Amino acid sequence: MPHAILVDLTECVGCGACRDACQQVHHFPQEECTSLDAHNFTTLRKIETADGQEVFARQMCQHCQDPACASACLVGALEKTRDGAVTWDTDKCIGCRYCMVACPFDIPKYEWDTNNPKVRKCTMCYTERHLDADSKTDKEGYVLDRSGKRVSIDGRLVTAEDRDMIVEMTTNSDGKRATACSVACPIGATLYGERSELLAEAHRRIRSNPDSYVQKVYGQTEVGGTSVFYLSSMPFEQLGFSTKLDTEALPLRTWRVLEKLPDVILTAGVALGAVYWITNRREDVRKFEEEVKNQRSQKKS
Amino acid sequence: MKSFLSRITFWKATAAVFLLGGLATTIVRFGWGLGASTNLSDMTPWGLWIGFDVVTGVGLAAGGFTLAGIVHIFHIKRFHPIVRPAILTAFLGYCLVIVGLMFDLGRPWAIWHALIYQNPHSVLFEVAMCVMTYTAVLALEFSPVVLERFHLHKLLKFVKAITVPLIILGILLSMLHQSSLGSLYLIVPQKMHPYWYSPMLPVLFFVSAVAVGLGMTIVESYLSARAFQKTLETPLLRDLTRIMIGVLLVYFTMRAIDLFHRNAFGFLLDGSFETMMLYLEVAFMLIIPLLLFNLREWGRSRQGLFFTAFSVVLGFITNRLNVTMTSLEGYYKTNFGVSYFPGIGELAVTISIVTVGFVIFALAVKYLPIFPHHEEETVLRFDGAPARTNESASMHATPAAELRRH
Repeated sequence: MPHAILVDLTECVGCGACRDACQQVHHFPQEECTSLDAHNFTTLRKIETADGQEVFARQMCQHCQDPACASACLVGALEKTRDGAVTWDTDKCIGCRYCMVACPFDIPKYEWDTNNPKVRKCTMCYTERHLDADSKTDKEGYVLDRSGKRVSIDGRLVTAEDRDMIVEMTTNSDGKRATACSVACPIGATLYGERSELLAEAHRRIRSNPDSYVQKVYGQTEVGGTSVFYLSSMPFEQLGFSTKLDTEALPLRTWRVLEKLPDVILTAGVALGAVYWITNRREDVRKFEEEVKNQRSQKKS
Repeated sequence: MKSFLSRITFWKATAAVFLLGGLATTIVRFGWGLGASTNLSDMTPWGLWIGFDVVTGVGLAAGGFTLAGIVHIFHIKRFHPIVRPAILTAFLGYCLVIVGLMFDLGRPWAIWHALIYQNPHSVLFEVAMCVMTYTAVLALEFSPVVLERFHLHKLLKFVKAITVPLIILGILLSMLHQSSLGSLYLIVPQKMHPYWYSPMLPVLFFVSAVAVGLGMTIVESYLSARAFQKTLETPLLRDLTRIMIGVLLVYFTMRAIDLFHRNAFGFLLDGSFETMMLYLEVAFMLIIPLLLFNLREWGRSRQGLFFTAFSVVLGFITNRLNVTMTSLEGYYKTNFGVSYFPGIGELAVTISIVTVGFVIFALAVKYLPIFPHHEEETVLRFDGAPARTNESASMHATPAAELRRH
C-alpha cells in the first residue's frame, strides 16, 4: 500500500523537532539549517506575512508518483518503491547529477567537497522503517537483515544500539512504523500514513474549515501527483513552493520521444539502405556506359 | 619563414599556458573534488563541463557521420577527400567528450555501471549507449587510415568490406544521440527560458548538428592548409558551405515556426540578457554566414568560406551554451538568487581539452594519410600499391564484370 506524508502548515509552530529527528536518525551533524543540502533532508523556513504573522514552510522530498529523478537516472539508482518512497542506491550512482537537474523541486543534493561524492535526499526513512526491532546481529555486533546480510544505511553498518534508536524513532505511539519526522512532531502537523487516507483527510480539513486554508492540497496534482501533501493558510507561491508546475508527470515528456526512437531508427535505416542501393546502382550503370563508350571509340580508331 | 616560425612559437606558448592551467585544475579536481575545482553547486548542478565539453563537443564532432553519409550513402563522390579529416575530427571529438565527462562525473570510475544497471527510461542512458557504440564505430571508420599507414592489408580489406553497414550504423547512432542531447532538457520545462525549451529540441539539435558538422570540416581544412599546406579545392569547399547554409535555413525556419507556435516572439523586444544571447546566436549562426557567403569576393575565397563556417561554429557553440546555461539563469536567479558562470579552473580544463584536440589533429595530419595528394605519394613510394583499395579494386575489375555481379 503506497504511503505518504501530510504536512499541515497551519498547525506548524516551527519547533524544528522534525528537522532534529531527521538529523539524528540519519547521523547528520545537529545544526540549524535553512536550506537543504547533502546532510539536511528537511528544513523549516520562517516566512513573515504582510500582517506580521509567522508561517513556517517545511521542505523535503515530494516523493513524486512518477519521479523525474528516477526517470533521469541512467543507472536506475533512484527508484520509486511500492511503499511510496523514492529511494536511492549510492553504489550504483556514477555522479552525473542529471537527477538534480531533472527534479522539479530541486531536492537531490550532492557532496561537493569529497572525492567520492554521493547524491543524497530524503528517503522517507525507507530503510529505517523496514529495520526490525528483533533483527539478529553477527559476531561483530552488526545488525543482519532477514537474508543474513549486514544491513547498511547510506554506506554505514548498523549496530544493535543504533538499531534500537532507529526503531524507537520510527515507531508511532500506536506501534506502527512511520518516518522519524512524523513521529517527532509533537502536535501532529506532519502525519504519515496511507496515501489515499491522507489525501481524504487533507480535503476533509479544508472542507470543514474553509476559512483557515487556501483551497488547495499541494502535491495532489503537481507533476502528476506526489506522496507529500501540504496544507497552508497562505498561497503556496508566497511560501516559496513551485506553483507553475504542470499536472502531467515530467517523465512522460522524455518518454514520448524515447518510445518513438525504435520506429525512427528502423525507418531511417531502411531509407538509408535504399538510398545507398539506388545511388550505388546508378554509379555502376555510369561506369558500364563509360566502358561501352570507350570500347566503341577504340573500335572506331 | 621568420614570421611563420614566430607564429608557431606563439601558439605553442599559448597552448603551454592553457595546458598548465588545465593540469593544475586536474590535480585539484581529482584531489579535492568538484566543489574545490568548479563553480558548481546544489543550485547549479551542471555547468561548462556538461554544456561545452559534452553537449557542444558531440555536436562539433557531427561532421563524421554527415560526410560519410554524403559520400558513401548518397554517392556524392566529389566530397571524398573531405571524409577522412571529418572522421578524424569526429573520432577525436568523441574521445575528448569522454575525457571531459571523466572530469564532470562525480564517480568516474563507476562509468561502466551504465552497461549493467540499465534504465531504458533515461535519455542519458540512451546517450551513453550511443556515444559509446558510436565511438567504437568511429574507431573502425578511422582505422583504414592507420591500417594503410602500417600496411596491414588483410585487416584493411575486412574493414572496407563492412564500410557501408558501418556508416549506416554510424548515421543511425548519431541521429539518436545528437537529438537526445536535446531531449535531455525536455524533462525541465519549468526551469528553462521559452526561447530554448521546446518539444522540438531533439529535432532542432539534430539538424543544427548536421550544419555545424559541415562547418567544422570547412574550418579544419582551412586551418590545416595554413599550417601544413594540405588542403581541399576551393570550389569543393564552396559546395560544402552551400549545403551547410541550406541546412541552416531549414533549421532557422523550424526555429522560427517553433518560437511562433509557443508564443515566444513576444519576448524579442524585452532587451533582457536572454534576448541578447538569442540575437548573438542568430547573428553568428545565420546572418553573418549568409552575408559572407553572398559577398562576391568572400564567398569565393578560401578565407571567406573559412569565416562563414567559423561564424556558424561560434553560433552553434552559443546555441548549445544558451540551451544548457543561459536558459536556466532566470530560474537560478528567481529561485535561489544565484547565477552560474564557469570558474577559471573549469575554463582552463575546457580550453586544455580543446588544445589537446588541436595538437592531436595536427599530429595526425602530419603523420597519417588524412588529406589527399601528399599522402598518396608516400604510400605509393613505400609499397607501390595505390592508397585507396576500393578505388583500385574497381580499377582492376572491369566495370562491366562488376555490374553483372549485382
